[in-house]
Amino acid sequence: MNRWIKLAALDEIPPLGARVIRSATADIAVFRTAKDDVYALRDACPHKGGPLSQGMVAGNEVTCPLHGMRICLSDGKAVAPDNGCVTTYPVKVENGIVYLRI
Amino acid sequence: MEKMKLVMIGNGMAGARTLEELLKLAPGLYEITVFGAESYANYNRILLSQVLSGEQTIRSIMLNDVDWYAEKGITLHLNKPVAKINRAHRTVQTADGEITGYDRLIIATGSTPIILPVPGNDLEGVISFRSIHDVDAMIEASAKFGHAVVIGGGLLGLEAAYGLLSRGMDVTVVHLAEWLMERQLDQAAGRMLQKSLEAKGIKFLLQKQTECILGEGRARAIRFTDGTEIPAELVVMAAGIRPNAALAEAAGIHCNRGIVVNDTMQTYDPRIYAVGECASHRGVSYGLVAPLFEMAKVCANHLAELGIGRYTGSAISTKLKVTGIDLFSAGDFNGGEHAEEIVMHDTASGIYKKLVIKDNKLVGSILYGNTVDGAWYFQLLREGRDIADIRDSLLLGQNHLGNTGHQGENRAAAMPDSMEVCGCNGVTKGCIVKAIKEKGLFTLNDVRKHTKASASCGSCTGLVEQILASTLGGAYTPTPVEKPVCACTDHTHAEVRMAIRKHKLLTIPEVISFMEWSTPDGCASCRPALNYYLISTWPHEAKDDPRSRHINERVHANIQKLGDYSVVPRMWGGVTTPEQLRRIADVADKHQIPAIKVTGGQRIALAGIKKEDLPKVWGDLGMPSGYAYGKSLRSVKTCVGNAFCRFGTQNTLGMGIDLEKAFWGMWAPHKVKLGISGCPRNCSEAAIKDIGVIGVESGWEIYVAGNGGTKTEVAQFFAKVKTQEEVMEHAAAFLELYRQEGYYMERTAQWTQRVGLDYAKKRVVEDESNRKTLHQQLMQALEARKDPWEEFAVKGVEQQEFKVLEILDEVPL
Ligand code: SRM
Ligand SMILES: Cc1cc2nc3c(=O)[nH]c(=O)nc-3n(C[C@H](O)[C@H](O)[C@H](O)COP(=O)(O)OP(=O)(O)OC[C@H]3O[C@@H](n4cnc5c(N)ncnc54)[C@H](O)[C@@H]3O)c2cc1C
Ligand code: SF4
Ligand code: FES
Repeated sequence: MNRWIKLAALDEIPPLGARVIRSATADIAVFRTAKDDVYALRDACPHKGGPLSQGMVAGNEVTCPLHGMRICLSDGKAVAPDNGCVTTYPVKVENGIVYLRI
Repeated sequence: MEKMKLVMIGNGMAGARTLEELLKLAPGLYEITVFGAESYANYNRILLSQVLSGEQTIRSIMLNDVDWYAEKGITLHLNKPVAKINRAHRTVQTADGEITGYDRLIIATGSTPIILPVPGNDLEGVISFRSIHDVDAMIEASAKFGHAVVIGGGLLGLEAAYGLLSRGMDVTVVHLAEWLMERQLDQAAGRMLQKSLEAKGIKFLLQKQTECILGEGRARAIRFTDGTEIPAELVVMAAGIRPNAALAEAAGIHCNRGIVVNDTMQTYDPRIYAVGECASHRGVSYGLVAPLFEMAKVCANHLAELGIGRYTGSAISTKLKVTGIDLFSAGDFNGGEHAEEIVMHDTASGIYKKLVIKDNKLVGSILYGNTVDGAWYFQLLREGRDIADIRDSLLLGQNHLGNTGHQGENRAAAMPDSMEVCGCNGVTKGCIVKAIKEKGLFTLNDVRKHTKASASCGSCTGLVEQILASTLGGAYTPTPVEKPVCACTDHTHAEVRMAIRKHKLLTIPEVISFMEWSTPDGCASCRPALNYYLISTWPHEAKDDPRSRHINERVHANIQKLGDYSVVPRMWGGVTTPEQLRRIADVADKHQIPAIKVTGGQRIALAGIKKEDLPKVWGDLGMPSGYAYGKSLRSVKTCVGNAFCRFGTQNTLGMGIDLEKAFWGMWAPHKVKLGISGCPRNCSEAAIKDIGVIGVESGWEIYVAGNGGTKTEVAQFFAKVKTQEEVMEHAAAFLELYRQEGYYMERTAQWTQRVGLDYAKKRVVEDESNRKTLHQQLMQALEARKDPWEEFAVKGVEQQEFKVLEILDEVPL
């Protein structure tokens, strides 16, 4: 939709961590990397739907907490040798505030 | 005096080994020149299978690189096949015309793969499986094409098929005989093998004969004599080998399939020797390295002018190097007349054992599914030992003869010195132990270098490691090349632990930059390990990093398949009260918890709880965390002991509760479970726990390093003590040693297998002052521990973790 959703201050997302928002259709995980890049992905692993928000973040990847599939945060694709893809959403940080578009 | 000239043709496994042996015996005797047709120096041909399957690299299978030849003063010509031997002039001539004179000549040209004489066998994509060149071609084809057909269901063909399968190809094995590996296996074992390989994804066409290979330029399909066709862009011929005797034959040296040699490896021309697969000794040409290495020894001995060695032929045994398949075959497995067979066939567990006995001697054996006793049977077979006295239990294996029954290093310790460990190189246990002691060897690689054990096909590696462990005790650290922490680094767990201690590294970023990780933040494998190493090495100084913990340990509950959590409160020593049970019931009602379950660890689990609800559930429970999710102390199982049981000898409940209260909240390389029983009937299953304590009339027996999980290990006897204080001290010291020295994800069983139980005993049982120090160190590390549930639920730390983000505002674009 054509609007930005104002979410939270960047500080409320732990570095190398994630927070979750519940949208009408799905849970969305908002990640923050060590370099303070922010990404938003659907909170469901392409393997068996594991909550990616609960995984460990390293570089710009997250490792699914259920069976260890690695997902690239920037394009939502599983890292080889795995296959699969999750929806990504546009995000931006302005004046220390995180915005998300869905 | 001028040195004699020794020329060798063929630079493969037998040839290079002959030179190694010769240089050991008579280093300066010859001026040596070697001609090899391949472009690589000496490599381990056996491991080409693993290079194909991706488990090894070309670099890792090199035995002697060009530098070795230079160092030894050997002139090495690569890529230079010899075309002719001129015996009258005593010269050899290469294909490009170079002539070199010799005083002694070794022919070690190996064998040539048989290429079936069918139309199309010269198409591109039709290859054999013999050299690095072939493996390169297969790897290349696997990247471009989909269908591979392997002709030949013998050892080589199956390893090729498995390798190509690992490379993602659709693989069919075509075999002429009725079952696979018919020269090594009987029908039953052949069928079992086929089933296991089919389960991995390889297809089979048995009793099929190839008529031709179809294609224009490149192979496209293969047609059989029955008219059927299947697609094949890669055809690997593994239908047998033929001794490569052409050069010798052309020079007029007597050949009969192979180059005929006597017991000192000399051909009919006494200046010329032949070793390896090209030779024919007493009518036999061998196709495995063990006999070739024996030949190399004898030939070297003779060339060194010692003249005492004699080669009298070899008994051979076979193993298949396909990951996950255990297969062993030796001797005459059909037996024939007057032979008796002892057979065990357990279809459910996929185990087949066949022993063939003639005149009270073992003459043949096939093992499938469980091959631990292969070496032992092979020894009985070669020694021709009379087995009448052990016949009843022969099938049960060697362990059954003693009362050990344990895995690992015990087995190595129990082996007699004369028993052969490495079949390829004929190295006995005694030889290895001697080399370890006399030469001061510490690593697997050292042993490989000095004794050759485990340096060829590698299937005895585990056993050699066990011998190292049992000989060295704690001084043994396994080969570093085997365990870098993860793909982010080349450093091993041991190196990382050492650096953290030595340089007092206190944070993960410090370790990552100090040890030059290749990734900025590590990964989900190394970060938890680093976090553990930091907090266990520098308790109270290094800070725990929740972002480097798996979610279970971060939120102190167990994530489940739907993303909700289970909660297992601590019930000290497995003892509960009506009040506690009522509270659990109330919590379950109030929070509508989907399931309550008695766990396998003698406690109660509440399953299916939403993450947001966890703090409230913990608050209402008012019980401490059972750490059922952590690499930490889990449950302490007890039996009722002398409080109620008519056989109970000791107060197990008190002992269990005290131990649990002493160690709760203790992080470790992996989880730790305890069991306390009141008598040897052992109702708390202490015999499969990390620490098992069994009460007896005169005190307590302490067992350690048991495991009831993926790979069951029976706990081993550690110490016998009188008082509860002594149990506490021994248990604490053992655990602290494990905490300080174990590798992350290594349970006590694997850890003690690696360092040797004797080592742990030395540090804990035999050294009282060290025991007390370790005990104290653990207690200090555990000072100020806090119950995580209380922190979250009552003190309200980290609330953010359990809350979802709310939408603050919506802004149109
Ligand atoms: C709840 C419980 C099963 C039950 O319903 O009874 C259980 C549940 C799990 N076990 Fe277990 N184990 C449970 C008793 C056991 C036992 C029996 C025991 O403790 O006496 C064993 C074998 C004994 C042993 O550990 O030596 C056991 C051997 C394992 C293993 C294999 C460990 C090994 O060294 O091979 C794993 C995998 C691991 O830890 O890496 C595992 C892993 C797991 C995990 C945590 C898998 C995971 O990572 O999610 C399971 C969580 C399920 C969940 O939804 O919460 N579980 N698990 C038991 C909890 C006991 C407790 O009160 O703490
Ligand atoms: C994939 C694979 C897996 C195997 N697995 C096992 C196993 O698990 N266990 C086991 O015991 N054995 C195994 N073998 C067999 C083992 O590798 C051979 O028995 C052993 O390598 C033979 O040694 P060799 O020196 O006689 O011949 P090779 O090692 O073949 O050496 C002969 C060398 O001579 C060269 N040569 C030939 N003609 C000339 C010439 N005219 N001039 C110069 N050079 C020449 C060849 O290029 C070759 O490099 C395996 C073999 C292969 C291919
Ligand atoms: S055995 Fe343990 S790990 Fe396996 S399904 Fe059961 S609870 Fe899960
Ligand atoms: S659900 Fe993510 S790896 Fe299985």
